[in-house]
Amino acid sequence: MQALRSKARELLATKTVQVIIGYARGGGGRARAVFVREAAKADALVFDDSCQQNLAVYLSKPEVRKLGKAALVATPAALRAILQLAAENQIAEGELLALAVGADDVVPLTTFAAIEAHVAARDGDWSAAEKEELHKYEAMGLEERRRFWEEQFSRCLKCYACRAACPLCYCTRCTVECNQPQWIPVPAHDLGNLEWNVMRAMHLAGRCVDCGDCGRACPVNIPLHLLNRRLIREVFTVFGSRSGRSAKGDNALSTFKPNDPEDFIQ
Amino acid sequence: MADFNPKIVAFVCNWCTYAGADLTGTSRMKYAPQVSIVRFPCTGRIDFMLLLKAFAGGADGIIVSGCHPNDCHYSSGNFHARRRWVVFRGLMDFLGIDVRRVQFSWVSAAEGAKWAQLVNETTDRIRRLGPFADYQRLRGLGVG
Repeated sequence: MQALRSKARELLATKTVQVIIGYARGGGGRARAVFVREAAKADALVFDDSCQQNLAVYLSKPEVRKLGKAALVATPAALRAILQLAAENQIAEGELLALAVGADDVVPLTTFAAIEAHVAARDGDWSAAEKEELHKYEAMGLEERRRFWEEQFSRCLKCYACRAACPLCYCTRCTVECNQPQWIPVPAHDLGNLEWNVMRAMHLAGRCVDCGDCGRACPVNIPLHLLNRRLIREVFTVFGSRSGRSAKGDNALSTFKPNDPEDFIQ
Repeated sequence: MADFNPKIVAFVCNWCTYAGADLTGTSRMKYAPQVSIVRFPCTGRIDFMLLLKAFAGGADGIIVSGCHPNDCHYSSGNFHARRRWVVFRGLMDFLGIDVRRVQFSWVSAAEGAKWAQLVNETTDRIRRLGPFADYQRLRGLGVG
């Protein structure tokens, strides 16, 4: 933590960056996002296990971009989000610097290539518990699964916190705000809730970097990350690609191979 | 279930399957009449939301069909659509929606007989599956 604070002080004092996007202590023992713009205020920064939010979500916000070049205190998921945003041409090389915080050091990653190498060196499969969680629902019968999700979505408030928390839901005009035609009904009833959640998952297919912030942001605890995980696995097993690993290249659904599997097509 | 007349919506591309279905008619082949055809420029244009809206509007089954691979009028629309269908099927299954209710197919402009067979087989399957009551029950406040 001291290494992080002194690095932040140095970056701001030398005007290498204009803002540090990091974590500060919030209420109830939780960490909250903080935007440090003066070296003297760098001591507000913290980093521990409670720092889970994917801060890359702020990179596409105009009010944050306006602050100038940023250094982002990055969890592994935030690094993947940066790479995915770069691959989608949302951020350019040199526009930001990532601070990968280790046990007692801070590694500044200044280029996308450095972030790619950092992510690749620590890339791993899901933990046994995470695999088990997904498997638990897949092992259910179709009807049981339908009831499970119907019950989950019945609590959805259409608050769109999942969208706000997602670093890759950056469209300035989302389909849910379109009303000619009205793709997603405004009231939070069962049909609209299902349509919204299907659309959110589909629009993130081949793009989600698996940070889990959608599920964490949900005020009624719908396990939204499961939908994304299911599609991450589908995209990886069928098309062999994983998002958030490279700052270049197409998303799985914006490209194709002539010999993609089609055994389900009559 | 034998007297159940399923409502089937077919989303087809203009260049292959729509022409194929036309050929079925001009060849005077008879096939199941429960299908409503919606013509699109390309399978690449057939968004998954359209499929959901068809179910919300009371469809019991859906057919999505277009040009065979390498035959797309816009060269790659069907290849992109194919990837999207793979992912969409995975999601539908995970949400507990029976993927047998959506039949994907390639029908060229010369395959009038294949179109008739596709519609007949899909109609039979949907008839066996019965009305899509689970989905239609979701239609709630102010939707119809």
